[in-house]
Amino acid sequence: MKSFRKMTYPYVVWISFIVVAPMFLILLYAFTKEGNAVMDFVFTLDNFKKFFVDSVFIDVLLRSLRVALVTTVLCILIGYPAGYFIAKSSEGVKMRWVLLITFPTWINMLVRTYAWVGILQDDGIVNNILSIIGVRSITLLHTEFAVILGMVYNFLPFMILQIYTALTKMDNSLLEAAADLGADRVRSFLKVTLPLSLPGVLSGITLVFLPAVSSFFIPKLLGGGQYVMVGNLIESQFLTSGDWNFGSAISLIMVIIIMISLYLTKKVDKTELTERRAN
Amino acid sequence: MKKSRRIGSKIFMGVLMLFFYAPIIYTIFFSFNSGRSLTHFDGFSLQWYGKMFSDSNMLQAVFYTIVIAVIATAVSTIVGTITAIGLSKSHRILKLIVEQVNNFPLMNPDIVTAIGLLMLFSGLHASKGFVTMLLAHIMFCIPYVMLSVTPKLKSLDSNILEAAMDLGCTPMQALIKVIVPQIMPGVVSGALIAFTMSFDDFVISYFVTGNGVSNISILVYTMSKRVNPSINALSTLIIVIISVFLLLVNIVPSLYNKSKAKSAKG
Repeated sequence: MKSFRKMTYPYVVWISFIVVAPMFLILLYAFTKEGNAVMDFVFTLDNFKKFFVDSVFIDVLLRSLRVALVTTVLCILIGYPAGYFIAKSSEGVKMRWVLLITFPTWINMLVRTYAWVGILQDDGIVNNILSIIGVRSITLLHTEFAVILGMVYNFLPFMILQIYTALTKMDNSLLEAAADLGADRVRSFLKVTLPLSLPGVLSGITLVFLPAVSSFFIPKLLGGGQYVMVGNLIESQFLTSGDWNFGSAISLIMVIIIMISLYLTKKVDKTELTERRAN
Repeated sequence: MKKSRRIGSKIFMGVLMLFFYAPIIYTIFFSFNSGRSLTHFDGFSLQWYGKMFSDSNMLQAVFYTIVIAVIATAVSTIVGTITAIGLSKSHRILKLIVEQVNNFPLMNPDIVTAIGLLMLFSGLHASKGFVTMLLAHIMFCIPYVMLSVTPKLKSLDSNILEAAMDLGCTPMQALIKVIVPQIMPGVVSGALIAFTMSFDDFVISYFVTGNGVSNISILVYTMSKRVNPSINALSTLIIVIISVFLLLVNIVPSLYNKSKAKSAKG
């Protein structure tokens, strides 16, 4: 149907303008000096130098990576048993659990994150419960703990659903075979279930790490104005200080880090697959 | 031992649900607070609901959110479906290129897409506001529609299309009468995804808007700097609407199937 091919032309024109052009603008600004006149741009690496020379910016980057990493690990530790439990439930109950997990994600992220501000406040419900038990009240809001909590809260459903999907695809007769061959529960879990669910864990990692490292409203709402992550740094370059060149350079650094981590998770996935085949 | 394990996992899931639903219940609870506080419940009142409906900023944000979501969904569903159909008949290289470019907004962090658009719109001297926000929403919605339509197209039997044309259909008629009905489930789920993506978007909207045009997310973000319990009222309203919608989507089909099964039996 050659006549159908023409139907793609408008979209090709559209994405060249609205998807490809902005990416070029980010590259252009990242490698040029200040001044918005595109015609007389000068190539420079100063924007990157500025980032890597100043320890303040390096600290921000390391903090973002640390928070995203802790969030991802926590999501695996909580998400795996949850996904496992749901996958092992009976058919009718399964869908009900999936609905319970997905329902909160339908509600606006900011609205849900904002609720934690009230819960975590010094005179909020958590501290009230603590004081009833007899524990001295602790500052929770505007700490790294609050930021990580907010991220786990927002991104955990993605991890659970990925692991759940991987586990339901698994053929249960494999477990029976393992049991017949003399493996106990722990061994068959480690040798059969865990490797087969690994692709789910890996795509879960992507779905958690990527938004966590670039998030800027969770650190702003729960970490307070003083708590800066890479996302906040980019935001301030574009919306307050107006240094688009530096902002573009930071974005580029972030994208490269994300690409490297995506590549690494993909590689783990592949080596795992080939190893399994070799065995 | 098995029993204790089962109880253990039940407790675990219970705590998890508490974690997921505590903020939602908290929001609903404090929307009925008579005081301003987000931590002390002073008494029952509906004043924040009243304030919400008299707050022109809030009503405007709700209006913009819905209008943009509806237009963006309609446009991206139509364009995305048409493009996906055209692409399924196109050369492999074009397919690959479009797929890769579509991956940019899907895989890039929102903030990167957002600053790219911000620089593009500023470069074009477009005045930021409703139109720029709408264009941005259409931009990130189309890939989701295509992602949900393309698999349906792949599973299509091309013989049926040829048969339709042999029987005298023009390509256009064949498209509307043969292809579109078969890929309809993909189109509908694509539209649903597009709507929720647009409705919930914060980061991209926040960067490309201006001139006082804001959606619900931006409103929550700017209001969070000073406590405004009207947000809780608005959130509660959104939660109720979404619950009703999800209930309908999940329960109506099963009821429908049940009644159909019954009538088939009778």
